Amino acid sequence: MCVQCLMLSLCVCVCVCVCVCVCVCVCCSFFLSCESIGKNRAQAATEFLQELNSDVSGNFVEESPDKLLDNDPEFFHRFSLVIGVQLPESTCQRLGAVLWSAGVPFLVCRTYGLVGYMRLVVKEHTVVESHPDNALEDLRLDQPFTELRNHISSYHLDSMDKKDHSHTPWIIVIAKYLEKWYNEHNCQLPKNYKEKEVFRQLIRDGIRKNENGAPEEEENFDEAIKNVNTALNPTKISSAVDDIFNCVQCENITSQTSAFWMMARGVRDFVQNEGNGSLPVRGTIPDMIADSDKFINLQNVYREKALQDAAVVSKHIQSHLQAVGKPSESISEQDIKLFCKSAAFLRVVRCRSLAEEYSTDTFQKDTITSCMDSPDSEMVLYLMLRSVDRFYQQHSRYPGVYNYQVEEDISKLKLCVNSLLQEHGLSVNVKDDYVHEFCRYGTAEPHTVASFLGGAAAQEAIKLITHQFVPFNNTFIYNAMSQTSATFQL
Amino acid sequence: MADGEEPMAVDVGSTGDWDGRWSHVQKFLERSGPFTHPDFEASEETLQFLLDTCKILVIGAGGLGCELLKNLALSGFRHIHVVDMDTIDVSNLNRQFLFRSKDVGRPKADVAADFVNSRVPGCHVVPHFKKIQDFDESFYRQFHIIVCGLDSIIARRWMNGMLLSLLVYEDGVLDPSSIIPLIDGGTEGFKGNARVILPGMTACIDCTLELYPPQINFPMCTIASMPRLPEHCIEYVRILQWPKEKPFGDGVALDGDNPEHIQWVFQKSLERAAEFNITGVTYRLTQGVIKRIIPAVASTNAVIAAACATEVFKIATSAYIPLNNYLVFNDVDGLYTYTFEAERKDNCSACSQVPQKLQFPPSAKLQEVLEYLTENASLQMKSPAITATLEGKNKTLYLQTVASIEERTRPNLCKTLKELGLADGQELAVADVTTPQTVLFKLNFTS
Repeated sequence: MCVQCLMLSLCVCVCVCVCVCVCVCVCCSFFLSCESIGKNRAQAATEFLQELNSDVSGNFVEESPDKLLDNDPEFFHRFSLVIGVQLPESTCQRLGAVLWSAGVPFLVCRTYGLVGYMRLVVKEHTVVESHPDNALEDLRLDQPFTELRNHISSYHLDSMDKKDHSHTPWIIVIAKYLEKWYNEHNCQLPKNYKEKEVFRQLIRDGIRKNENGAPEEEENFDEAIKNVNTALNPTKISSAVDDIFNCVQCENITSQTSAFWMMARGVRDFVQNEGNGSLPVRGTIPDMIADSDKFINLQNVYREKALQDAAVVSKHIQSHLQAVGKPSESISEQDIKLFCKSAAFLRVVRCRSLAEEYSTDTFQKDTITSCMDSPDSEMVLYLMLRSVDRFYQQHSRYPGVYNYQVEEDISKLKLCVNSLLQEHGLSVNVKDDYVHEFCRYGTAEPHTVASFLGGAAAQEAIKLITHQFVPFNNTFIYNAMSQTSATFQL
Repeated sequence: MADGEEPMAVDVGSTGDWDGRWSHVQKFLERSGPFTHPDFEASEETLQFLLDTCKILVIGAGGLGCELLKNLALSGFRHIHVVDMDTIDVSNLNRQFLFRSKDVGRPKADVAADFVNSRVPGCHVVPHFKKIQDFDESFYRQFHIIVCGLDSIIARRWMNGMLLSLLVYEDGVLDPSSIIPLIDGGTEGFKGNARVILPGMTACIDCTLELYPPQINFPMCTIASMPRLPEHCIEYVRILQWPKEKPFGDGVALDGDNPEHIQWVFQKSLERAAEFNITGVTYRLTQGVIKRIIPAVASTNAVIAAACATEVFKIATSAYIPLNNYLVFNDVDGLYTYTFEAERKDNCSACSQVPQKLQFPPSAKLQEVLEYLTENASLQMKSPAITATLEGKNKTLYLQTVASIEERTRPNLCKTLKELGLADGQELAVADVTTPQTVLFKLNFTS
């Protein structure tokens, strides 16, 4: 399995493996060589991987995960993250249980033929910096705060000279024309496409004309027209953030409350009081055609408001810290500012435990059934993986490893599929083709499939450790035959 | 799954093939299955084809290239050529894992080949420290499949054009044996894509040119007189101040890898920013702007190169139906993939064989034609050279890439098409760095 991506980015890494390198390992791993054959696999791999990044401290334990679970399960408590690779189902379940009670995130990875599988198990993972791809700006044009309102009124578009007029930031342009619009529309924002079109025309009509009556080149007005659609979106808190505010962790602040929930409560208090239902102002504006002074001044209006709002949030946080007997330095001003700036994009990921996924009482029957309405959905690959694990339980081997086994194992594997479905009361159709295909795989681990999954897993691991960007929730399946993938919450 | 297998005797023969070495690959080549390609036949010969005969060209030995070479080598491909015109930079080391600090300064292709050849016995990677344009059809024709891990759209288009030029048509019918499949991978931060191109049959690079986002270049007036962002200040120093002040001597160009140069630009950018009360100029940002650094993440490269190598394997062995034909990947929020069939463009300037048209009034200036060629979303040429046959002779109307010719032909830009002696229906030949072949346009006069 390709763990080199991890080694390129992490600081401490421990490999646990009892296996001895065999010929087969060497052919699919780039970080083992012929000389490795006969050595403990964890040891050999650790040595090669260390080459990648001298800042990484790599260690290995020559022991099987099962033995460690028998003799020293607390071994696993010391890690920020545990990644389980190609573990048999029983080991996985045992390890999952230990890590769940210890509150250690667990990332399960496996490849099986042309199928890749990842399962994330973490009770609660909070993200402040989710870095969303398409974030809407926080301009407050629908409800300008006092300082913004004052700044807008310092502009008098009609009496400006040509240069100033065409170098006025589009935010101001829209704000000014919105005032005109309000006068004629009972202070209501343009609501639908039709009204926005009329509003755009209003702005278009405002473009200065030369002596011949032809419109001058005013790029800032062009920008204003382009941005009407998004700039007039009502300032609103997303449901994701609302859910965070409604969590019990946000409500019940104790001395055990983490910094995330403490800060979430501070922002919630702000929203419910000084913010009048809105989050603290983010404080950033996009670049736009304008002269330097006008732009910087406008930017500073937003920046200063953001600082002000963050200071109020900070006061709320301080009072909660005090109430639970924690020093005010527990949460830095820098962290609070970052939290406020990111407030619209906070995310919390909660994954169900493996026990919940596997128990016939709590497994996700509806999800599985509805996905299987399309019999070629990646869900069938999940059911096949569960079935080969069942096969292993019964026969102490996986199906189709040797050529002579393929044919006869198909019917044996099919029995496993049927018993799996029956035990879970699932009336779904698993095509025979998939049973055949999984026997055909014979636990082959083609390198490219492992490499794909390794890369994906490495990035999820980095997300979990850095608390930046959002991890998947909670089952990821990759199908290298069709080059498709799916994520399920199981 | 080593638990269930017995350790095998170690006997590394002269071919480097020990027992069971390719067992993972063999299961896909020697066993029949329900999802295989209709042309697939389970056989022991396919593995031999991979090991002994199949010839793959990898273009680029950087983030994607290193991964591709590893993937191909571990999938059984042994005859691999790699082309890369770059040398190793310290900033490559966080993901181009075939390179170490001691290799900085050496050609990427050479070091990559050395590493793979010694780590994977029997694999023979041949390096080429060259530009793709240094080779002609005879070089490219020898490969079964070409896989690209490039960082430039221009290079992709050139490669695309090269493979299109190899196509043979007999009586208007494409000879399938002249098709060399092109697998193209690209990444940027947490996003990536992998595509399978069968030249002459499926959508080519130019068919989907409009999918590529335009590159960010700040307008000159912003840089010169109205900076607002720290980036504007840095560009001011790079574009205007450096050529004026020549801080390290006459004719000494700004070198993004020279810390003294960066330091100078950084200091000057701070001064510029202070003038306009702009905050945010840092050494790191300065370097990023000057070197046009796009963030590169090891994991995205791993994912995309893996998908590409899987396709190379499928096509080389007919084991499965290849990707048809475009995969998009993004792991900013969870993991997202989208697979679709990019469609051929009916009038694609590269692959459609439909004559390209230029429609202008005779009073239009040559400058307008030039702007059309560069700004049109489907053409996006970089510095096109326009020639026409006039009075039986081949006349260069405008050429930018050679200074003396540029100077000589520059006056033509202000002349009208009529003044230049061009007629309605005339053919114009346009050469550009985006294609190895000249593109023919038919000039149609509008009234």
